[in-house]
Parts: sequence; C-alpha cells; structure tokens
Amino acid sequence: MLEIKDLNVKLEEEDKEILKGVNLSVEAGKVHAIMGPNGSGKSTLSYVLSGKDGYEVTGGSAVMDGVDLLELEPEERAAAGLFLAFQYPVEIPGVGNMTFLRTAVNAQRKARGQDEMSAADFLKLVRARAKELKIDAEMLKRPVNVGFSGGEKKRNEILQMAMLEPKMCILDETDSGLDVDAMKLVADGVNALRSEGRGFLVITHYQRLLDHIKPDVVHIMADGRIVKSGGPELALEVENNGYADILAEVA
Amino acid sequence: MGLPERKRTATEARLAGLTLPTGGWAEPARRDALSRVTAMGLPQRRDEYWKYTRPDSLLDPEPPRAALLEQGGELVFESMDRLKIVFVDGVFDPEASDALELEGVTIDRLADARDADIHWAKDFYGVLEARGQTPVERPFAAMNTAFATDGVIIHVTGKPSKPISLIYIHRSEHSDAILHHVVRVDRDAEATILENGPAAARFNKCMEIDIADGGILHHVRAQGRDHERRAVTHVFARLGRDSVFKSFTLSVNGVLTRNECVIELTGDDAIAHVAGACVGDGDFHHDDTVFVTHDAVNCESRQVFKKVLRNGATGVFQGKILVKEGAQKTDGYQISQSLLLDEDSQFLAKPELEIYADDVACSHGSTSGAIDEDALFYLRSRGVPHGTATDLLTLAFLAEAVQEVEDEALAKDIISRLENWLARRR
Ligand SMILES: Nc1ncnc2c1ncn2[C@@H]1O[C@H](COP(=O)(O)OP(=O)(O)OP(=O)(O)O)[C@@H](O)[C@H]1O
Ligand SMILES: [Mg+2]
Repeated sequence: MLEIKDLNVKLEEEDKEILKGVNLSVEAGKVHAIMGPNGSGKSTLSYVLSGKDGYEVTGGSAVMDGVDLLELEPEERAAAGLFLAFQYPVEIPGVGNMTFLRTAVNAQRKARGQDEMSAADFLKLVRARAKELKIDAEMLKRPVNVGFSGGEKKRNEILQMAMLEPKMCILDETDSGLDVDAMKLVADGVNALRSEGRGFLVITHYQRLLDHIKPDVVHIMADGRIVKSGGPELALEVENNGYADILAEVA
Repeated sequence: MGLPERKRTATEARLAGLTLPTGGWAEPARRDALSRVTAMGLPQRRDEYWKYTRPDSLLDPEPPRAALLEQGGELVFESMDRLKIVFVDGVFDPEASDALELEGVTIDRLADARDADIHWAKDFYGVLEARGQTPVERPFAAMNTAFATDGVIIHVTGKPSKPISLIYIHRSEHSDAILHHVVRVDRDAEATILENGPAAARFNKCMEIDIADGGILHHVRAQGRDHERRAVTHVFARLGRDSVFKSFTLSVNGVLTRNECVIELTGDDAIAHVAGACVGDGDFHHDDTVFVTHDAVNCESRQVFKKVLRNGATGVFQGKILVKEGAQKTDGYQISQSLLLDEDSQFLAKPELEIYADDVACSHGSTSGAIDEDALFYLRSRGVPHGTATDLLTLAFLAEAVQEVEDEALAKDIISRLENWLARRR
C-alpha cells in the first residue's frame, strides 16, 4: 500500500536534515504504529507524504499503490486516497465545516471521475457519521475547527476521514488531548474503517490508543530514522521503560 | 483668503464646463453649494485627505474615456422583485423605469420636485452635504449639490413591500454624470434602497439620507462591471433616536472609485453599520473614506471593510470614529483588512479614533496579509484543488463584510458575484 524507501528530507529554508533515510512499508489491511521521542521527525514524515511546502526531498521515494506520491500536488495525493489526520488541525474562520466537507468529498469524487454526491445523500451520510463520533449538528455548522476544543478538533479529523474513505490513513497523535471516552470513540471510528484494502499509519506517544487500535507492527523513530520495528510488545516496552534502552541498543 | 493658484485654476477649469441648473427652490441651495466649492477648491494631489488617491482624473474638464463592457450574464439584483429606477449615463430613463409608485414611499424626480412650490425636500437638499463639510472638506460633494443634473427624492413614509432599486447604466464612453438623491425615512418607517451599475465613464453621486426616530434604512449597492469607469460618491446620513442605517457596498473592478460615507448619530440608541467588500485586479484603485460622528448616547457604529487585491491593485481605507463630548456609552467598531493575493498589490489604511467622552467602548484594527498557507494546505490535503481552496479562503476573508447584508437573498446574490469574479480569474 505505502512504500517508503530511504527517504531523506531537509528543510527548504535552512540546511537542516530532518529525515535521514526512512524505510517503511505498510501493507493493505494492516495497522502500523510509529512511536518516538519528540522532534524525531514523525510529523515531518506525515507532512512530506501529504505534500506540505517547506520541505525538500533530497533522496529516496514514497509510493502508494504504485503511484509516486512525491510527484503529486497535495490535492492529487488526497484524491489518490491518502489522508492525514493532523496533529494540530487548522482553524479556518469563515469556511463552514459542512461546506468544507462537501467541497472536499465532491472534489475527490470529481478527480476520480465519479459523479458528485447529491446534497441529500451527503447530508444523510455526514449526519450518520457525525452521530457515531458524537459530533453534534451545531459543530457541523460552525467554521472549520474554530472554537472547537482540542478533543473536538481530533474527532473532526476522524469525521473527515470517515467521509473521505481514503485507502491510506495517517493519524498524527490523534489521541493527544482526548479524554478516555473520546479516545474510545476515535478508536472505534478507526476500527470501523479497518478493512482489507486500507492501510493505517498511527503516530502516537501512548500505549493507550494501541490498546483500542491493535497495531500489527510498531516502529520506533529516532533522529529521522526508523531505528527499530517489532510487534505490539514494542509499544509496551516503550510505555514501561521509555526510549533510553532502545536507543542505546541501536546506537 | 485665496486658494493656492494651482488649486484655483484647476477648480475653475473643472467648473467652467458645468452649468448650474436654474429654477425652483433648489436654485438657492445650488448657489450656496457653488460658493462652498469655489471657496474650498477641488482636491489636489497634495491634499491630506487625498493622500492615497489621485484626484487628477476627477478634475479633468473632460472625463477620460471608459470602454463599455461586453455585457455578459445577468446583472446583480436582477431576479429580485423591486421598483426599478433607471438612469442611463446619468439621465433618468422613464421608459426603462417602473412607474414611481409604491405604497409606503413617494418618489419624485429631482427636476419635478424642484418646480413644486412646496416640497419637503426644500429643507433637505444640500443640507447634510453642507453639514458634512466640517471638520473635513468634501469639495466633490458640494460640486455635486451645485451641478447635479438629475436624481430622485425618496420619501419613505411606511414600509414599502419591495426595495427601491436605482440602476445606473453606462452607454457612452465619454459620459460624465452627476446625480444627487435625497432620502428621508419617516418615524418608524423602513425601506431598502439598492444601487447598481457602472453609471458613466465618470460618475459623481451624492445621496443625502435623513432617518427620523425609529426609522430603518438598508442600503445595498454594487459597483462593478466596466473597469475603466471612475467614480466619486458620497453618502451623508443623519440618524435620529432608535434609528438604524445599514449600508453595504460591493465593488468589483474600476480604475478609480472613491466612496465617502459620512454618518452622524444624533439621536440616542441609534445604530449605523457601513461595510464594504471589494475585489480588484490590476490597475484597480478603490478608496473607502468613512467618517462616523457619535453625538448621542448609547449609539452603535460598525465599519467593516475588506479588500481583496491582486496584480498590483490598490486599496485605500480612511476611517474615523469621532465621539463627541457627552456621547457616552458609545459602542464603536472599525475593522479594515486587505487580502493581498500577490506582492505587487497594496493596501493603504488610515484608521482614526477621536474621543471626547469617557464612558465609551471603541476599537479599531487594520491588517494586511496574504492567504493563510496552513489553511490552504489543510484544504488541499483534503482534496480541494488549489484554485478552489484559494477561492474558499478569499470568500471566507470577505465574509465578515458580506454578513452585514441582512437580507439573505441579497447576500446570496453578492456572494455569487464574488464567486464568479474569482472563478474568472483562476
Ligand atoms: N518548518 C520547520 N522549521 C524548522 N524546524 C522544523 C520544521 N519542521 C520540523 N522542524 C524540526 O524538525 C524536527 C522534527 O520535527 P517533527 O515535528 O517532525 O517531530 P515529531 O517527531 O513529530 O515530534 P513530536 O513528537 O513532538 O510531535 C524538530 O526538531 C523540529 O523542530
Ligand atoms: Mg509531531
């Protein structure tokens, strides 16, 4: 599903290398988790995959289902099925959440050569999905993320994911800032989307989310590289002992 | 006490080509206005109040040519039920207009009213304009009062069922039009006045609005189309107790537009909102100059101006809130913002507050910025193409101004104009 090979990335503005040869491949139907110390490059990886400006790829590749992601505009990557749930969802005053969702859904459908969804169908779908995530109708009417609490923003990310039905989902610390119940909701939202054809890359600092979303593979990222990969037990090890042992072992 | 030589000559040259309409009760008012404008002189490039906008092309004895736009598509407000009053190059067109009859309002053509012995407008024509000359001079308005060749006198006595719609058609590439309207809203009466159209190659328009206690006037205007047009317009509004005045202007295209709005809150608890949304491309120059005077207790004023500028377009905002002594509990708000879609465009703003009362809440802010890159990326990461995403953010930027239009159908119409303008430029 997603094949990242020896990906090297530096900042465009300054000579700072952030990703130093990332290798990672997520198979369809699988959930991979990435953990790692603050500043190790996890968000950068997610941004580079989704096409954010400000980074320069100096080497390596990222391919999704045979498509070279790095060649595409952000909107083309989205239409190809890539989705990033942001660590810090952006507030957009003046753009209604509903308008935003409908524009996004229909833009992707159009890019894929499908008919636009009718207003009625869209409304029905968004209401059902929002209900599952306990997002009330009022929130849908408000401008995108404006005045949303931290947890509401994260649930809104999952709502977008549920509406867009991407094939490759990257979740960047979607659990941070969530209360216990909200975490369960978000995890249920993710689990509901788990399917044979879909891959997940879940960036998190905590074992708790992984209790709900059972990962198939756990990677540890440090200083711009994946330094260790293993099964779910790797997350438990981090939870109990921190990164010191792992980092010492690979150093 | 003479004017500087240059100013005097320029003023004389401009006025020489104009003829003061004679007859009726308007004539003395026109003569007074003529003395005002000759005493003040017309604006010059060095005048402080014209620092950001060159008055030169408004002063030329002959108006610069303005090509007519190939009229494509439906005009703004077209689908609304309204009473149409049409002016072609500044001349009332009875054929194209509806009968000037509507319950709750009386409408006369200025020329007809003038010849009536007794007419309420006798005590209004030029009065608010004259008051509006202090503390800042507005010579083009005095020139307008003196030389206006046409216009309507609107007396709102009740609540007319539909808007009164002034439509300004531009048909000659060299037309030079001067229109003067007087509007009076009676106690507890309520009306909506619409204005639209390029009007003329060069247009000088003045509207004096007097709103009695409890009266409400909505004013929505759309200036657009023919890009080469030039316009200087004035709105003078005086508000009585508990009255409401809401004015919104959409400006699309235009090499030179100077819209002055002078509002005086003279009765307690009155509310005045003036807002504008403009989108400009290339050699577009748009100037909003607003002066709001609070002279009563517990009044609210809002100024919301948003400008989207690209390809070297220029936006100007000069806005002032003056709170007079005793105007306690004033709630004054002013915001002027520009969205610069490239580095060649510029926004020049001069926000001012002058307050002589101690128990007031006034705020003002002015910003200039580019599209928010993070918001743009967020939208694109959801599959919204770059162009659509930029348009969405641009409309969002304009939203606070457009929201000042209360009527939903009107607001929708305005938003669709903006959408089309943006789409054409993608
Ligand atoms: N645009 C940028 N400008 C300057 N530094 C940047 C930029 N983007 C990333 N960095 C730096 O790159 C490094 C990696 O940042 P990144 O956000 O990817 O870390 P992270 O692993 O997601 O950390 P966290 O767990 O705290 O979210 C950090 O040192 C960060 O300061
Ligand atoms: Mg991060």
